[in-house]
Amino acid sequence: MSQTFIPSTETVFEKTGENTMIVNMGPQHPSTHGVLRVICELEGETIVRCKCVIGYLHTGMEKEAEYQTYHKCVVMTDRMDYLNANGNNLAHALAVEKLIGCEVPKRGQYLRVILAELSRIASHCVWLGTGALDLGAMTPFFYIMQQREMILDMFEMFSGVRMMPSWIVPGGLRGDIPPGLETKLRKFLVEFPKELKVIEDLLVDNPIWKERTQDVGILSGAEALALGCSGPIARASGVPFDLRKAKPYSSYEDFDFEIPVGSVGDVYDRFLVRIAEMKESCRILEQAINGLPEGPYNTLDRKIAPPPRQELDNSMESVIHHFKLYTEGFRAPAGEAYAGIEGSKGELGFYVIGDGSNRPYRWHERPSSFMNLKSLEVLSVGRMIADVIAIIGSIDIVLGEIDR
Amino acid sequence: MGLIRVIFVVGAVLALVPPLIWWERRLLSWMQDRIGPNRSGTITFPDNFPLKGLAGKKVRTFGLIQPLLDGVKLFFKEDITPSDVDRKLYFIAPAIALFPAFALGATLPWGPTTGLYGILTPIADVEIGVLYVLAISSLGAYGLVLAGYASNNKYSLMGGLRASAQLISYELAMAMSVAAIVMAVGSMKLTNVVAIQEGPLWGAVPWAQNWFILTPFGFISAVIFLIALVAETNRAPFDLPEAENELIAGYHTEYSSMKFAVFFMGEYAAMFVFSGVFATLFLGGYNILPVNWMALHEATGAGIFKFLSNANYWLAPLVFLGKCFAGITFFIWLRATLPRLRYDQLMNLGWKSLLPSASPTLSSSDSGSSAPNSTESLADGPPQSEPWSSATSST
Repeated sequence: MSQTFIPSTETVFEKTGENTMIVNMGPQHPSTHGVLRVICELEGETIVRCKCVIGYLHTGMEKEAEYQTYHKCVVMTDRMDYLNANGNNLAHALAVEKLIGCEVPKRGQYLRVILAELSRIASHCVWLGTGALDLGAMTPFFYIMQQREMILDMFEMFSGVRMMPSWIVPGGLRGDIPPGLETKLRKFLVEFPKELKVIEDLLVDNPIWKERTQDVGILSGAEALALGCSGPIARASGVPFDLRKAKPYSSYEDFDFEIPVGSVGDVYDRFLVRIAEMKESCRILEQAINGLPEGPYNTLDRKIAPPPRQELDNSMESVIHHFKLYTEGFRAPAGEAYAGIEGSKGELGFYVIGDGSNRPYRWHERPSSFMNLKSLEVLSVGRMIADVIAIIGSIDIVLGEIDR
Repeated sequence: MGLIRVIFVVGAVLALVPPLIWWERRLLSWMQDRIGPNRSGTITFPDNFPLKGLAGKKVRTFGLIQPLLDGVKLFFKEDITPSDVDRKLYFIAPAIALFPAFALGATLPWGPTTGLYGILTPIADVEIGVLYVLAISSLGAYGLVLAGYASNNKYSLMGGLRASAQLISYELAMAMSVAAIVMAVGSMKLTNVVAIQEGPLWGAVPWAQNWFILTPFGFISAVIFLIALVAETNRAPFDLPEAENELIAGYHTEYSSMKFAVFFMGEYAAMFVFSGVFATLFLGGYNILPVNWMALHEATGAGIFKFLSNANYWLAPLVFLGKCFAGITFFIWLRATLPRLRYDQLMNLGWKSLLPSASPTLSSSDSGSSAPNSTESLADGPPQSEPWSSATSST
């Protein structure tokens, strides 16, 4: 007997109080950022308790990956956290590289940093726009989306695709830095802080914005750690944990940047931390583009990264490598590897088990917003409906990553 | 005659709603770096069009007919009535939401009461004008509350609850701020409010008009009234009853087709009419500038001032319309700039900030009511003396 499992509001939980009302927010709701469903028990407009129901965007990508070669898994990572696609690509690539023991040349690492940081800014742009929109401030959304558009244009220059570049693959990248990107990036680095300033002027000292966000959804550092929160949420609560500093990957140790840390841990702090993070990302980008080393961008191991196009014309071996790589892929040894990066929403990791074949035996993501979302149920208690919206916005969830 | 007047006011308010919607959408777009609706209404004349000047030409209307097309679309949409709604209230709520705008529009003097304009303005010169404005404006919330109650939807219900809470919080501050004006004028007739504002500024500057926004107490009242006005019309940042990001669409979540359109029209008509109320109470009504042209003419003998005085008379309806549009532009500007307040913060603002700050205006202007010549002299026509100056001198 086949039956779709869609839990009704009543089965998820029953009323506890006498004068309470159960309100089902989502999965179709303007500000649950996709298909999150939050079931709240309200007393008046105050939340007594709430529960998140997820799974409406479940696509079975982790299972699907077990039937794909390591290269083909990359395109699925894009679709998990679709706002931070390059970060996901990078985490997957790092995990696979760890499994097969492969080192990417400096140039490739720097290019990866450029892509990942651009992605972080783009992701924070979406957060800033939608988070402000949730609180009724319409205009920042349109301003910041224009900036994100510039980043997407750069991704398009890289790969031809705006949101899902799949440009970072195990062994390096799919290609070198495209011509014209450097000028565009430098232009962006000049313009973006100016635009960010406009939005800061609109929000940072705005009394209504402060009133709506300050002292709302306070998460202490200890609570953040207990709930497994990471990224800007943990940092806003005063936990100075950033994998780029704590456990540098992809040459992050070469760059000089700060980790913005908040003190109160409320929605306003998360807002400030992310704004500061965007500025730090700009600093990293500037250093990366200035110090971009010469040399190959891919690993020279032809079993993992394809040979350059010109080699195919005069080397039979290269043709064979090329053919094998694009039909069979590479084989990873039996074993397991986990690699985590600092994604735009927190620690984003991939756990890969290889069994000696060209496909992962098990492939699992540590989704940062899945961990962070759990804090919603704690933070919402005793707050009003409008605050829940603000908190969801400040947690910055992407349902594609949560449900996978 | 009465019927013509009724048709006139309803027609005028209804006719002004589509341009308002267009103006909001375009202005908001410009503020947000977008283009906004600019395509609809573009007519490309065929090459063999009889009028040679137009043949093959493209005529753009900058999207002006977009609201009309939206209206047509809404008109042809299926009108869904959810099961389990309270049918009577569900049907009557949009009408109640739309009604106050028309009822209010009738009392506004949109032109001088003498001469040609006197035939149609004001449509109804109610003796208790200001009181009537306050009373009718609160009726609008009933539409929202009933819609929220009747829809049998939790979000709608919360929208309705918020609407009533908002109304109670802001009605008081609004009434207090207007009470100051009423005391200064000594009459509740809106035509008298305008007439008083044509008197000399602060009772001392004969060539300038005593617009209440230029007087100290009037300025504070104006600010409070303006904030209360935004709350009263449910506009951002006080658009809590419909707060789309929290309550889907608040009180009109379950409304579709023309019933939704009526709510929509009601909101815009109310915006327009309330801007008119503000203009009447604080901005000298239909007068173009706070300048007494005739006094200048008498003082200097310059013919230009007489011409300007005439222009002030003939342009009055346009000026009034312009002030209404300025008010709406202010509303749109607010919407583009400010985030939405929370329910409890809104009430805090109403009770703890606006109401206390409205009270001093009351005491600073209450001596106006004791002015001996206020009501009597105003009963028939423009003021002969300056109540504001006599009020200040008697204290």
